[in-house]
Amino acid sequence: MSGQAPFVKTPKDLPREEWFAPGHRLCAGCGVGIIVKLALKAIRGPTIVVNPTGCLEVATTCYPYSAWKLPYVHVAFENAAAVASGIVEAINILNKKRGKKLHDVIVFAGDGGTFDIGLQSLSGALERGHNLLYICYDNEAYMNTGIQRSGATPLGAATTTSPAGKVIPGKQQRKKDLIGIAAAHRIPYAATASISHPIDLVNKVRKALEIPGPKVLHVLAPCVRGWGYPPSDSVKIARLAVETRFFPVYEVENGRVKINIKVDKPKPLEEFLKLQRRFAHLLKPENAHVLEQLKKNVEENWERLVKLEESGVII
Amino acid sequence: MAQVQRLAILGDEAVALAVKQSNVDVIAAYPITPQTIIVEKLSEYVANGELDAAFIQAESEHSALSVCVGAGLAGARVYTSTCSQGLALMHEIVYAASSMRVPMVMTIVNRSLNAPLNIHCEHGDVMAERDSGWVHLFATSVQEAYDLTFIAFKLSEHPDVLLPVSVNMDAFILSHSIEPLTPISDEDAAKFLPPKKYEYEIDFDNPMTYGTMALPDTYMEFKMQLKEAVENAEKVFADVVEEYAKISGRKYWYFNSYMADDADALVIVLGSTYGTLKTAAKKLREEGLKVGVLGLTMFRPFPEKQLVEVLRNVKAVIVMDRAYSYGGLGGPLYSDVVATLYRNGIRIPAKNVVYGLGGRDFKLDEAEAVLRMAAQGAREGGFDTHVQWWGVKA
Repeated sequence: MSGQAPFVKTPKDLPREEWFAPGHRLCAGCGVGIIVKLALKAIRGPTIVVNPTGCLEVATTCYPYSAWKLPYVHVAFENAAAVASGIVEAINILNKKRGKKLHDVIVFAGDGGTFDIGLQSLSGALERGHNLLYICYDNEAYMNTGIQRSGATPLGAATTTSPAGKVIPGKQQRKKDLIGIAAAHRIPYAATASISHPIDLVNKVRKALEIPGPKVLHVLAPCVRGWGYPPSDSVKIARLAVETRFFPVYEVENGRVKINIKVDKPKPLEEFLKLQRRFAHLLKPENAHVLEQLKKNVEENWERLVKLEESGVII
Repeated sequence: MAQVQRLAILGDEAVALAVKQSNVDVIAAYPITPQTIIVEKLSEYVANGELDAAFIQAESEHSALSVCVGAGLAGARVYTSTCSQGLALMHEIVYAASSMRVPMVMTIVNRSLNAPLNIHCEHGDVMAERDSGWVHLFATSVQEAYDLTFIAFKLSEHPDVLLPVSVNMDAFILSHSIEPLTPISDEDAAKFLPPKKYEYEIDFDNPMTYGTMALPDTYMEFKMQLKEAVENAEKVFADVVEEYAKISGRKYWYFNSYMADDADALVIVLGSTYGTLKTAAKKLREEGLKVGVLGLTMFRPFPEKQLVEVLRNVKAVIVMDRAYSYGGLGGPLYSDVVATLYRNGIRIPAKNVVYGLGGRDFKLDEAEAVLRMAAQGAREGGFDTHVQWWGVKA
């Protein structure tokens, strides 16, 4: 199936064909819908989607309706990578035994199903080396069950289980480094992407599909309800996440880091935070220390990536 | 029916041989005692090129069964094996596998559940999956564990069934015992199990959505279809065992029975204890005691109709359970038999003997004592108690 999907330069290069049908029940402005729509414009041939339980699943597969114009499989919350492993290996052996058509397998999983409850099955699949692309749409909390904290929720963010209380101002822990975890499995390709940079996102999916073995793509998915902002601002907020260095867009290819979107003059983090209800309390004087810590984390992470890129050290 | 060499073989190895001869495409498992030999042997077959299949050692049983669901939907003939804690960890996906109607076969090497930690024989592991919509078969010997593997694949992939099937075999008593085995030939196996045809196989050219959400307005209809599929398995089983008899010369039925037809007192059991009871019954028959033994091969769907034919003619029954429903009315098999008696208007005394938990030996003299107790119940028209935990130290 190689070579059927050239890289795109402008949105006009994107195929018109939609694999993700309109009429699904995701919220207006949902970042996840944008990610899925864009990623599926990058497929290069027969493709199967695997999706664990979550917003995307419940909003697109309510029987008897489906938004999926290609094969779609949901089994449970924590096992998408394992289900995908089985599909990949079954198709490989059936291709060998009776010429079943080869298919690409793409997982779309939320941060709960990836950072937390699904981390073990993801790790197992990455270690075993199945040929699959795992895309995590990260809206930084358990949005489907009502905005509870996850391992992907950033420091200080308010969720329904890490509320901005009088004593404890939001989540007290920092976000897990998913790409670090993925790269530590020595997989050939791991990258982040943002809906604010759709060409980069689509090209990363295309690039990943051409690379044999397991690939992980981590995409920030702004959530209107969970983050607290008007539906029209999703892409704007995603862009600010990149421009403030809150969400660096980079890739790790065979262990080498490359920052894809350079942010030489970052905007103040407050510009990203102030648009979102989940961070409102961080801008109050009494929580200045949390804001400072969050800024420090963001800068440290950026510096780390710059050093890794410059040194060419294999992570 | 081709001529084959008779073997002396370990239970686990006999199962692995059957899986190999079933021409599986994908095997996914996580090692757990006493199932390990099955997966070790299968990985050996694959590594040596004797079996053309993908062998995937998942990072947990939960993932192993998830791999099987994915592979099964993609059209592969899939196999897994586990027991005890592993089966408990799979629990969530056990229900998904049956409700998503994924054919597959799982050998459950029945072992007790923690706590306390114990690796020996008990049926509590599969009983926790009793109501999952799987077909559950029980082997009483190594030969049966081997034969039932083929039968399970055939039943599982039948278009009227399309369900996962478990073949249960007693931990160590069968898994680690060397017993004689008359295998079927590879040719007969291939004839009995041609490559899997699965109408709903994942295919880009025929895109379907698997594992949808169903709200209260449609959920019950999904479950009704599951109920009907499990019930279909009862009918299809009769055809499958008939066909298997043609290639093996061995005729299976919903249960094994020994001298049950003219028995006054019957003992019903699951698994290898059937053999022990049979030997004891033989001796008591020589004394003139009209005892019989019945070992269920099919536990789910529960073969009520076939069982009633036997129960109508006996005067008392003892049901032996190697599992227990704590706080319930007895062991799970006992509850089923009592319900069968009641709803078929058979008014005979029934007693439950709970035995062998955590692998406690149940010896020949004990089997004899249980049979005598059954005979006494038949003679006196009743038992002293409903449930007796057998051989518990004071």
